[in-house]
Amino acid sequence: MPIQRICKLLTTEELAPGIISQTLEAGGMAEQARPGQFVNLSCGAGLLLRRPISICDVEGETLRIAFQVKGEGTRYLAALRPGDEVDVLGPLGHGWEYPKNGKILVVGGGIGVPPMLYTAKQARHGAVAAVGFRTAALEILTEDFEAAGCPVRIASDDGTVGYHGFVNALVTRELEADKSISCVMACGPKPMLKSVYLAAKEQGVPCQVSMEERMGCGIGACLVCACSVGGHNRHVCKDGPVFRAEEVDWA
Amino acid sequence: MSVINGVDMSVTLAGMTMKNPIVVASGTFGFGREYGQFYDLSELGGICCKGLTLHPREGNPPPRIAETPMGILNSVGLQNPGVDRFIAEELPELRKHDVRVICNISGNTPEEYGVMCEKLADAGVDMIEVNVSCPNVKCGGLQYGTVPELTAEVTECAKRHAGQVPVIIKLSPNVTDITLIAKAVEDAGADGVSLINTLRGMRIDVNTRRPILKMNTGGLSGPAVLPVAVRMVWEVAQTVHIPILGMGGVAKGEDAAQMLLAGATAVAVGTACFADPYAPLRTRDELAALCAAQGLTSVTQLTGAVQPW
Repeated sequence: MPIQRICKLLTTEELAPGIISQTLEAGGMAEQARPGQFVNLSCGAGLLLRRPISICDVEGETLRIAFQVKGEGTRYLAALRPGDEVDVLGPLGHGWEYPKNGKILVVGGGIGVPPMLYTAKQARHGAVAAVGFRTAALEILTEDFEAAGCPVRIASDDGTVGYHGFVNALVTRELEADKSISCVMACGPKPMLKSVYLAAKEQGVPCQVSMEERMGCGIGACLVCACSVGGHNRHVCKDGPVFRAEEVDWA
Repeated sequence: MSVINGVDMSVTLAGMTMKNPIVVASGTFGFGREYGQFYDLSELGGICCKGLTLHPREGNPPPRIAETPMGILNSVGLQNPGVDRFIAEELPELRKHDVRVICNISGNTPEEYGVMCEKLADAGVDMIEVNVSCPNVKCGGLQYGTVPELTAEVTECAKRHAGQVPVIIKLSPNVTDITLIAKAVEDAGADGVSLINTLRGMRIDVNTRRPILKMNTGGLSGPAVLPVAVRMVWEVAQTVHIPILGMGGVAKGEDAAQMLLAGATAVAVGTACFADPYAPLRTRDELAALCAAQGLTSVTQLTGAVQPW
């Protein structure tokens, strides 16, 4: 059950230009959090809507989030200092479904990378990560994956770090090389998700994707975050954010 | 549970008694399931359900929401499971709570409103709120709620088929003179009115030069619309004798008190739920505290008590 809680900000750090990682003292919310879920954060009295931010990691009663500063709301959050309080609703949404057997390949693109850290850490039979960034300066969290014992393959759009190209090429390469991978889990921009899904499909490996849409309530009541799945409007906040890739209407 | 802080919070809206005057507004609360995770829905006076249509609707393409100064624009487009599935699947769940169930309905023709009223009255809902802000297919997409004669026709049709269930008409603020529409629905036999629905608005992304909403325009709600809503409730209260369910930007007890002073009998909290799931209960308690501080024994003493200059 989601709860509303005033959480104390413990740490804040800039991982790369405009990308902020924060830890929150979250009490029971942290214990409940499952990989792929998100929290909805209040951004001060001037902004009506909360901002949905995916859960990057959980340790004890501490919740880690990472987000990109994009507008007024994320600017407000980025300005918070340790000791400040933030109104959090969570954990929300439907997370990943882990396969019974086999390794998982976690795939992240840009600001889609953070939720894949906790996702990889919770894999019972091991995980490999394939992450893509626009350029080397925007590379984030790769050391955290490695520290968690998860091998990392890196791609960059401009070739400044790792493979020169998009992350779906790494997915194909990894699935061809390692037949013990039984599931692909991906988070990132929609075109990336589609290309990762197609790469996984070609290798006959099931794929789950974490979708994004502008949200209102974050709990499934207001119906604004519609996403077409199986020919019907489902809602990213409640039915998702994780959906089976083959059921998403990609058009 | 109707006495809070020594103040009797119970009200009677168009013959329907409620333990307190706080209702949650249609479209902001689904059918209650989600907010029911946070508190007992029996704490509320009433739940105005997500707008229903005769047949299921998928709604509009996303994005369906845009944030604006102290408000939001939405263009959900009446996504709902249809009246039959509501009665079969949602109403029994709502009935587990001691809370008034108000069903908001939209139709393409007066006949559709009639069919829905009959089904909902048979199912035993407590009140029907008729949304007249949808386009009239017969009249080339003209909105019912903007033409007094059309609104009256829908009102008569709804009343004819609703049996003993009170029917209130939800008025659109997107009109030149809301009192003309209010008078028309009163004359047509409505048991009450609720106002205001959202104000039409638009927000543009200056970099992409595209509207944020895929439908280009949407309905504005939130604190930004409160003064418009209070003014319209006040105007309507001076024009008609039927009771008013006031709504539009209410987020705290003082806002609710303004609505009541302007002439409303009960008040709906809507968009505020998105920021704070507990907003309706907080509003209720703040309203009770405000009444107590003013030495009132009943919240009904506020209704229409504004003293205009």
